[in-house]
Amino acid sequence: MVRLPYLTALTTLFSYGLLFAFGQLRDFFRKLIDWTKSKDLKGYAPICLGLEDFYTRRLYLRIQDCFGRPIASAPDAWFDVVERYSNDNNKTLHRTSNTTKCLNLGSYNYLGFAAADEYCTPHVIESLRKYSPGTCSVRVDGGTTKLHTELEELVARFVGKPAAILFGMGYVTNSAIIPALIGKGGLIISDSLNHNSIVNGARGSGATVRVFQHNNPSHLEEVLREQIAEGQPRTHRPWKKIIVIVEGIYSMEGELCKLPEIIAVCKKYKAYTYLDEAHSIGAVGKSGRGVCELLGVDPADVDIMMGTFTKSFGSCGGYIAASKEIIQYLKYTCPAHLYATSMSPPAVQQVISAIKIILGEDGSNRGAQKLARIRENSNFFRSELQKMGFEVLGDNDSPVMPIMLYNPAKIPAFSRECLRQNVAVVTVAFPATPLLLARARICISASHSREDLIKGLEVISKVGDLVGIKYFPAEPPKYEQDRKKLE
Amino acid sequence: MASAVMNVTAMVLDWMSVAFDAPLARAVVFGVHIDGHLVIEVLLIAVILFQLTRKSYKPPKKPLTEKEIDELCEEWAPESLHPPITEEMLAQPPTLESAAGPHSIIDGREVVNFASANYLGLVGNGKIIDSCITSVEKYGVGSCGPRSFYGTIDVHLDCETKIAKFLGTPDSVLYSYGISTIFSVIPAFCKKGDIIVADEGVHWGVQNGLHLSRSTVVYFKHNDMASLESTLDKMTCGNKRAEKIRRYIVVEAVYQNSGQIAPLDEIVRLKEKYRFRLVLDESHSFGVLGKSGRGLAEYCGVPIEKIDIITAGMGNALATDGGFCTGSVRVVDHQRLSSSGYVFSASLPPYLASAAITAVDYLEENPSVLEALRSNIALLQKGLADVPGLIITSHPLSPIVFLKLKKSTGSAKTDLQLLDTIADRVLKEDSVFVVTLKRSTLDKCHLPVGIRLFVSAGHSESDLLKASESLKRVAASVLAELL
Repeated sequence: MVRLPYLTALTTLFSYGLLFAFGQLRDFFRKLIDWTKSKDLKGYAPICLGLEDFYTRRLYLRIQDCFGRPIASAPDAWFDVVERYSNDNNKTLHRTSNTTKCLNLGSYNYLGFAAADEYCTPHVIESLRKYSPGTCSVRVDGGTTKLHTELEELVARFVGKPAAILFGMGYVTNSAIIPALIGKGGLIISDSLNHNSIVNGARGSGATVRVFQHNNPSHLEEVLREQIAEGQPRTHRPWKKIIVIVEGIYSMEGELCKLPEIIAVCKKYKAYTYLDEAHSIGAVGKSGRGVCELLGVDPADVDIMMGTFTKSFGSCGGYIAASKEIIQYLKYTCPAHLYATSMSPPAVQQVISAIKIILGEDGSNRGAQKLARIRENSNFFRSELQKMGFEVLGDNDSPVMPIMLYNPAKIPAFSRECLRQNVAVVTVAFPATPLLLARARICISASHSREDLIKGLEVISKVGDLVGIKYFPAEPPKYEQDRKKLE
Repeated sequence: MASAVMNVTAMVLDWMSVAFDAPLARAVVFGVHIDGHLVIEVLLIAVILFQLTRKSYKPPKKPLTEKEIDELCEEWAPESLHPPITEEMLAQPPTLESAAGPHSIIDGREVVNFASANYLGLVGNGKIIDSCITSVEKYGVGSCGPRSFYGTIDVHLDCETKIAKFLGTPDSVLYSYGISTIFSVIPAFCKKGDIIVADEGVHWGVQNGLHLSRSTVVYFKHNDMASLESTLDKMTCGNKRAEKIRRYIVVEAVYQNSGQIAPLDEIVRLKEKYRFRLVLDESHSFGVLGKSGRGLAEYCGVPIEKIDIITAGMGNALATDGGFCTGSVRVVDHQRLSSSGYVFSASLPPYLASAAITAVDYLEENPSVLEALRSNIALLQKGLADVPGLIITSHPLSPIVFLKLKKSTGSAKTDLQLLDTIADRVLKEDSVFVVTLKRSTLDKCHLPVGIRLFVSAGHSESDLLKASESLKRVAASVLAELL
């Protein structure tokens, strides 16, 4: 949980107020100047009315160089960030051909499969030569190759469910599956911090949507009781079905969901559960099987498990694992299966090789090493940051750690200063997070070595002192403590 | 009897008037002469005030007790997540054992593949595969992040510039999946209160985008310009607030559900007359129509600036995956922050972006491949013109050749079963792979189902001949009862 000190809240609000006032002033002058110029819209309404993109024009564009930085190499532990310059105060950015080698603390590369791998890449190249980069066809027509069926069985075995179905993109998986499972007359209860794809899928399904407080099983129980007793809005007929949607690791908080309690509540009230493991599959758990393994939940208790291959497996696409009947039904009716191009065969091969490494079926123990390394790295980094006095969110074992910044001016300061010292971090502000709670998000990878992490910690500590984000008192280093004891 | 009552009443009245004529009654209070009737009036007013202060009677509201809620929760029984599994749900598509080129291997046999939208024959092209291999060795397979968080790789920016230069627009935006392009673009521009006029035959991606945008959507008859004009007229007449409401027309260049081609010059004329913006989905026409493959605008001779938003999936002619959207600078910049499929999703794998660049290069250097495609389409159309029981409904230049039943059986389900039987037998007996148009239960399109053949520039004459012969033979036998 985030504890926002009052002084920080006041100063943050004041900063935003100042930015807002300046923005309005500039808009006013812009309107005056534009009055004299002719408008050449010729009777069409403008694409964006004045207030709709106020945040973009007046706040986001000032710090645009902190986002969307292009890279010129694989997103591994160290990568090349392309330098950009701007002639008109950040309104447009131009690429140069210079690059700087930086430590990568921002890409989703949990198990280190992002760059060319000694086992995966030869297989991927072989599949490229055999199957071509694209199948140009939907799964139901001519887009199913042997690789796709092999991966579906492998994913089902890995996750612990009877069957699985693949999709070419994680976002589309959520948006197209939820409407196929539930429609008008059903109820979706989703966590308040769920990802945009789940929100879009829920909206597209036509069912009623209710939200429960983030990670709060007792509030979920309250909402369930109230909703079942009341029934559908206005007609009060009983709901056709209820689905509760939660995520394994929340990417902006870094915390794990309280899965055992939530499953217990859902079982008691006969609601179906849908678990989105985009960030947790392959990254947590003793053998990489995700949140269920880490928290000791039987996969058979979760009705539908969804995940993506982008983060831990270094590929693209998503999957759904559930019972055989549900998968058969989805293969018959899910629009993403019937209308969308099938997943690219080399990407499928990459996932197959990655899962084989994690399971140890390639004949080596690199998988177990990677899993142990990412756990060690995340716990080490998080404890060191907390010792330095930063406010770090998230649970132990989770490879995502947000560092709170709060103040809007600290966002570009932190990001640019770290880049100057060759560390690339990701900063997130409104609208991905609440207005007052801007943060920098670190993603640890199994390909980071101990020296990389120590260098990263040094730079972050130095920049943290400069920018002033050590909101908690730091623990003095051990020798000072001992010296104080002696005196 | 009556007189006794009268006497009693008169006595009471006399007694009352004597009481009221008592000396107390004759007092003068505050200059007001207290008379008998004044007392009664005061009493009446007191009674009225008393009644007004009483609360009105409402039946008491009893909220549900915990025990009652427990009982309700006990007896509530949800439906199953999936409906009962029927025979048709168990059908499995054929599995390819080689690349989806003009000839593929299914179940160990070589078949002529008409099921993949490989229009320029780029599946299996050596140059594309080589550029992909270099890309995989340099960048790995995935891009591991969304575009704003170090997921922008220089090949993405190169691809966007290349496509924009090829089409003649200022800039373009690259999306990571073909179908998510259109259903992210539409909600980024159309908000609640806007008006959208769309063709009724658009595919599910467009329908989902229209639903997510929460605007007012009106459909017009499939590819019927008169219906479009009357709908536009209806939506704009009497509506003087054109300056505030945004209005869009959404059409596809080549419709997936029927193979028709939209008459772009007519649509542009109407759009300028009624002040609508045009959103055009060119998934199956980019790289196919037009003298150099630049799409529907080149084919109809319309300058590209007149179309406001062009989207396309690259999974067809360009033989990769992903999609792009292009238009004016304002259109493109707006999407980089407010299009959900761009902001909240990981970016396109870099090897697919390099494949797209190589494919566009190939198209620019070899415009003769378009000639080959066009002659193949013409040959196939001629060969399939007299298949018994089936009729071609697609445009003569469309790369999707669409056959529907001449006489429908009445229900879409039985139509689909007949067509499936034809497709299965054609595959088993003659090794020609064609597919039927399968519709999801969530699809709102009601156009008739049919058999689709995707023509490729890589098909040879003998392939096309084989397909026509086989279809004629099998259709004659399967549809014998209907004819």
